[in-house]
Amino acid sequence: MSKAESTETTPSEDGVIQSVSGPVVSARDLDARMNDVVYVGDEGLMGEVIEIEGDITTIQVYEETSGVAPGEPVENTGEPLSVDLGPGMLDAIYDGVQRPLDVLEGKMGSPYLDRGVDAPGIDLEEEWEFEPTVEVGDEVGRGDVVGVVEETVTIDHKVMVPPDALDEGETTEVTAVESGSFDVTETVAELANGTDVSMHQEWPVREARPSENKKTPRTPLVSGQRILDGLFPIAKGGTAAIPGPFGSGKTVTQHQLAKYADADIIVYVGCGERGNEMTEVIEDFPELEDPANGNPLMARTSLIANTSNMPVAARESCIYTGITIAEYYRDMGYDVALMADSTSRWAEAMREISSRLEEMPGEEGYPAYLAARLAQFYERAGYFENVNGTEGSVSAIGAVSPPGGDFSEPVTQNTLRIVKTFWALDADLAERRHFPSINWNESYSLYKDQLDPWFEDEVADDWAEKRQWAVDVLDEETELQEIVQLVGKDALPDDQQLTLEVARYLREAYLQQNAFHPVDTYCPPEKTYLMLTTIETFNDEAFKALEAGVPVEEIVDTESAPRINRIGVQEDYEEYVEELKADITEELRSLY
Amino acid sequence: MKEYQTITEISGPLVYAEVDEAIGYDEIVEIETAQGETLRGQVLESSEGVVAIQVFEGTSGIDQNASVRFLGETMKMPVTEDLLGRVLDGSGRPIDDGPEIVPEERQDIVGAAINPYSREYPEEFIETGVSAIDGMNTLVRGQKLPIFSSSGQPHSELAMQIARQASVPEEEEGDDEEGSEFAVIFGAMGITQEEANEFMEDFERTGALERSVVFMNLADDPAVERTVTPRMVLTTAEYLAFEKDYHVLVILTDMTNYCEALREIGAAREEVPGRRGYPGYMYTDLAQLYERAGRIQGREGSVTQIPILTMPGDDDTHPIPDLTGYITEGQIYVDPDLNSQGLQPPINVLPSLSRLMDDGIGEGLTREDHADVKDQMFAAYAEGEDLRDLVNIVGREALSELDNKYLDFADAFESEFVDQGFDQNRDIEETLEIGWDLLSMLPKDALNRIDEEFIEEYYREEDSERQVVEAAD
Repeated sequence: MSKAESTETTPSEDGVIQSVSGPVVSARDLDARMNDVVYVGDEGLMGEVIEIEGDITTIQVYEETSGVAPGEPVENTGEPLSVDLGPGMLDAIYDGVQRPLDVLEGKMGSPYLDRGVDAPGIDLEEEWEFEPTVEVGDEVGRGDVVGVVEETVTIDHKVMVPPDALDEGETTEVTAVESGSFDVTETVAELANGTDVSMHQEWPVREARPSENKKTPRTPLVSGQRILDGLFPIAKGGTAAIPGPFGSGKTVTQHQLAKYADADIIVYVGCGERGNEMTEVIEDFPELEDPANGNPLMARTSLIANTSNMPVAARESCIYTGITIAEYYRDMGYDVALMADSTSRWAEAMREISSRLEEMPGEEGYPAYLAARLAQFYERAGYFENVNGTEGSVSAIGAVSPPGGDFSEPVTQNTLRIVKTFWALDADLAERRHFPSINWNESYSLYKDQLDPWFEDEVADDWAEKRQWAVDVLDEETELQEIVQLVGKDALPDDQQLTLEVARYLREAYLQQNAFHPVDTYCPPEKTYLMLTTIETFNDEAFKALEAGVPVEEIVDTESAPRINRIGVQEDYEEYVEELKADITEELRSLY
Repeated sequence: MKEYQTITEISGPLVYAEVDEAIGYDEIVEIETAQGETLRGQVLESSEGVVAIQVFEGTSGIDQNASVRFLGETMKMPVTEDLLGRVLDGSGRPIDDGPEIVPEERQDIVGAAINPYSREYPEEFIETGVSAIDGMNTLVRGQKLPIFSSSGQPHSELAMQIARQASVPEEEEGDDEEGSEFAVIFGAMGITQEEANEFMEDFERTGALERSVVFMNLADDPAVERTVTPRMVLTTAEYLAFEKDYHVLVILTDMTNYCEALREIGAAREEVPGRRGYPGYMYTDLAQLYERAGRIQGREGSVTQIPILTMPGDDDTHPIPDLTGYITEGQIYVDPDLNSQGLQPPINVLPSLSRLMDDGIGEGLTREDHADVKDQMFAAYAEGEDLRDLVNIVGREALSELDNKYLDFADAFESEFVDQGFDQNRDIEETLEIGWDLLSMLPKDALNRIDEEFIEEYYREEDSERQVVEAAD
């Protein structure tokens, strides 16, 4: 059931509340199907049917239920939970059931979220300039674009034939098409089979939008974060998990991706997280520039904010709301990146509802269907051929908050079975303020091989080799560190001491990146590559010097090498790197 | 209002009663025992014909003849500015023999969530006068920053020091009396009478009581009452902050006792338990408390929270600190080892964190070099800490000169930066200067996190040798 139509639908059979326990309400004599949206009590609180047993229907309510009493009515809408799709979703901020928070503030006249207030997900009265791309007499199939609307400065919103208007492969003729200013409910095109196409569609959130087929992703989602692009890249249409204990930087990493990833559209789902963090996004994003075109970041962003203190049932649905919006833009042929922070809160919401239903618990009290739900969610990501023949992608990046930072818990484990990129956050690194605190020994990306050709074409021929070199040095360092812990650094032979020094530059200059520095916060792949080659230059020259008999202390004490640490903050990095490489070479060669 | 004498079951803190009218979820109930005692409770589950009631004062004395009255409303807190200076019990009734409180409003204690769209992002630095906090893990207005401690640690002293010293630098320059619109609300949950006395004495000694509201639920008060105490506290805080323009600092101690009370009720209701027997909804429940900190656009005041929790077994993976850490904007660790070394306050800055600090510091807020100095000190202290383990094995002589400097830095950091005493109030300028004194023990090119400009300006060239000698003593 979409809120856009709530006023027009006539309810089917009404029921009566039988009992209330927190967010779970059971009703008698309600004629409803599973997952139907219902309005509960005198205040009309929104809820969803989650269990039917005899004439008793169990409902999860998306709002606080204090004061709701047995005997109050329950009204059925007869439709599943749906989102309103159409222009206006970008530059918007929603709660977990797609109520726009700015509209709610106005309607409630208070900074607090009251109950029983509803608003459609998109403004039904706002007029958009519709430009047709088809003519009368054209044949169109499902999903085909009939016109465009400039939704924001960055994004042209494509108005499509609803995928359920026609069967697969079927086409029909356009019998009328309009041009000019319309609101989203007005018909802009008529089809021969009787379908009226408007700018507004609805889609049930728990059902994936149809697509033609899924393809292997071969383009990276460039994030501007060195450790991600350089070592553990994610593909457009890929899936990634960011697990980490509190304070290890999940949210900062997610924010960085939302700001700098080269996707067309960002859907950011704040699921059960902090209110102040969402406020930060709301305040920052309109002021930040999209690195691709200089427009405000919000022009490509849709935010869903279900903070931890909002009702738990809405937290359960916010992930679905987010991915459905993402799929809609995918259908237009866009690359969409969805960030979900945090999927653990979503899983906990499932657990909470499940335990109120007194279902038999699985591992650690989570419902037995946890793994299935996680898989269903991540499977909605991918690189797709759409029903209208275009290609689009949804990349899904989920933060995971394992209790006590223990990755063996069910949510992390079940997520790892599905996702192909794993960015393990590490409390130790965070403690020493090594950010992003992604552990390079534990993390992995299974997209590396299929993305290398892109990096080799676009950035440098030896991209993969250089990465392997860096990984080898870091691996060796890990082994050497174990020895150092026992005997101290000075007990190592000279060449190993030098390896440690090289690894230190990799860690401090290359892997660390300051998200709060105006330049360092975004590092294009070219710069990532150049930084790595600078460290390699130091490595090569230093080992040559060592072979020529220069003591390791002298090599380590050179003046030019520490400047590697400042490459990150250089705006004109090309010049700086070139000069630095020359200086390092010169200085080290002067030692012998 | 109907009265029922229909109690069918009494179990732990719960009473089940039959009813013949619709009773709202969360409604308030009064139960009168045969002895004439009136107990208060709340509806936990409402079905047709029967309700489950949680009794705040405990169920002893209730029998099946006790009469039950439903008040037809959810729990409310009577709020007024006159609450300042008063001492209340855990349910919000005055216990200080003061005049009767005439409420201006009665507000629902289950606060509605603040619309994230209406919030204002917190970025006003609060100077606590504690270097380990101001310098390394800065607190800002509207933040929720818990103290993670364990039994027997001086977390109360730290909380009192913060309550006493906290101020916002700009205000001090203003001519009207400094901090006039600053209020402290203290919520005690299950702490001992002695601990409570310490707080009260401190409040009275420093004259802080007149700008404070104190809620006392002591160790021997009913456990179930603890579940409403913090909601009373926060309702009062929101009222003073968002309707009366106060900057409110809320201290809640001890959250561990609150969570135990939640578990007790969960067990009595025979709920499916989550980790370590705590209810599965504890995250949501705690979030509904902690998220009531913040600032709202267009309102003057703010609610800043410092909840204190004692980690059972000093284990931060225990569900209480763990869930708290996921909700709050950082945490301050009180470390038993540092405490036994006599550091006051014994704050371990490494695992401590303030998530909102980056926006609250820097030019115009604290000082332009603050962020760099903080980063460098964290890195250097962590390095020194690591080396300590190594020194135990190989001895100082086996380490390089630079490593020895890191060791000296770590020692000096603890003795000079962290250990300032509970009575010393340092302003941010002083904190950062001490920071530079310490950083100057290290060679210039080891300061790779600091902008060269700041090194030029603040690095103590000639002093560096002296500092090393001093620290090595």
